[in-house]
Amino acid sequence: MFDGFEETPLVERLKWLLAILLVVFLAAPSFIVVPMSFSSSDFLAFPPPSLSLRWYRYFLESITWTQAARASLTAGTLTTLVSVPIGIFAAYGAMQLSQRWRLLVSGLIVLPAVIPSILIAIGLFFVLARIGMVGTMTGLVLGHVALAIPVVFVVMSAAFSQFDFSQERAARSLGARWHQAWLRVVLPQVGGPIVASGLLAFVTSLDEVVVAMFVSGGNNATLPKVMFTALRDKIDPTIAVVSTVLLVVATVAVIVILRKGAAALRA
Amino acid sequence: MSALNPTVAHSAAQADNDGRLAWDARLERLVSFAFTLPCLAVVALCVLVPCAWLFFLSAFGTDGNPSFENYQRILDGASYARIFVTTFQVALATVAACVLIGVPFATFINGLPPRRSVIFLAAVLLPFWTSLLVRAYAWLVLLQRTGIVNSMLMGLGITKAPLELAFNHFATVLGMTHIMLPIFILPVLGAMRNIDRALIRAAASMGASRSYTYRRIFLPLAAPGIAAGAILVFVMSLGFYVTPAILGGGNVNVISMRIARSLSNYSNWGAASALGVLLLVFTALLFALSYGVQRVLLSRQRS
Repeated sequence: MFDGFEETPLVERLKWLLAILLVVFLAAPSFIVVPMSFSSSDFLAFPPPSLSLRWYRYFLESITWTQAARASLTAGTLTTLVSVPIGIFAAYGAMQLSQRWRLLVSGLIVLPAVIPSILIAIGLFFVLARIGMVGTMTGLVLGHVALAIPVVFVVMSAAFSQFDFSQERAARSLGARWHQAWLRVVLPQVGGPIVASGLLAFVTSLDEVVVAMFVSGGNNATLPKVMFTALRDKIDPTIAVVSTVLLVVATVAVIVILRKGAAALRA
Repeated sequence: MSALNPTVAHSAAQADNDGRLAWDARLERLVSFAFTLPCLAVVALCVLVPCAWLFFLSAFGTDGNPSFENYQRILDGASYARIFVTTFQVALATVAACVLIGVPFATFINGLPPRRSVIFLAAVLLPFWTSLLVRAYAWLVLLQRTGIVNSMLMGLGITKAPLELAFNHFATVLGMTHIMLPIFILPVLGAMRNIDRALIRAAASMGASRSYTYRRIFLPLAAPGIAAGAILVFVMSLGFYVTPAILGGGNVNVISMRIARSLSNYSNWGAASALGVLLLVFTALLFALSYGVQRVLLSRQRS
């Protein structure tokens, strides 16, 4: 950027040092949980005194944690299955609206992302309490869908903004039915972003704490909810195991997203 | 008569055709709008109805009559005033940390050749998608009395006894900065990417110093992005729950924690919803403010 200026080697080196330190600051803390999960110790200690898989065994044998893992997987899968199609439809529809309507509609759809999630959580809790659905999977998925929709919508809007809609019109004018045009012309061209948005929706649900705290319960308590409670009560390395599992899922998702949805995210 | 006049007949047909086209266009827009309906329905059910409900719960007393009892209690209570002060302090400190770290870092990334900048950008984005809970927990591990940070400080002889790094304002702001920094850097980097490099080169050719160019040309041009990022961070920080709850360890009471507590411990829906409404109002006001600031900054650039 500042290519018209001289730069002293010392300043240059200092700049790189600071930048790398900052990257370590950003990336390293998340990964510290991985070695801790292999600890043999009864409590948190870093570095772990010796390595063992005992906390992984404990995690797999504990009814509370496995049930939470099952609830999280169910919620994440259902959230993805619901939010991705309706998010795609919304992005596709909003694309063809006039400027003013598009702004209004997309403003409403990204609302759940900008409103503090505690408000969505308690608001949803009020509504679900009224219809007797607190603690149900349906209620939880509903909350997670609301939080996943803005993500899917933004990624798919970016993808559609690069899509040439005259192709769909051409297909239709050549006699393709509506669903044929969609399946064979539109969807194949936005496949990458669809995979990316699905993963993002899944990770959103998998990592979500606040809505789960209020809306899920009993058999439907998710991993983050159980983890949050455990963090307040007693901290043992099982939490590091759960964190590692969540971290691995998120990392895999981000890698796939960077490859699949790079074009959409760059836009 | 008109049938005999070809131009009139033609224009009548055209008007008819135009009318049908206009109708088609309207129908198409209606169909497009229908596509967005499922999404809007979820937002309505999960955001709009609950928010309306919050207003309702907060503005009516237990007897069902309108009352400002809930708000009155917030205005009177010293404990509430402290919660608001704490929330704003933590949010402001987070914004300050993000600006101080994020602006130089974004400048650095912006100055890199594309290939290298992607690596740095990935490093910024990766933690973006890891769980808030995992990150709060990781900081807890790092900052505890026997944690790495303390043992490093003692090993270097900077302190003799372990410092209390966790369970306070410092830990909360640190954890929140860690979470908000990527969210801050993205809009700032976006604004910096749009700056015309020719302006920088022009300044250089006219003999301006590096720091002068940075202060008088580069930063003002990046200002809308910086303002957008700062306000976004501030608004999001006001609503934080998980990080203060874990890293604050009960010593940092913010609005969302109080809302959660009045619900789960006392089932006091009126008080919780009044606090919720206030949080919502702050959020909306700040977004409106951010929109205004953006417009002013952008128009100043144009003039």
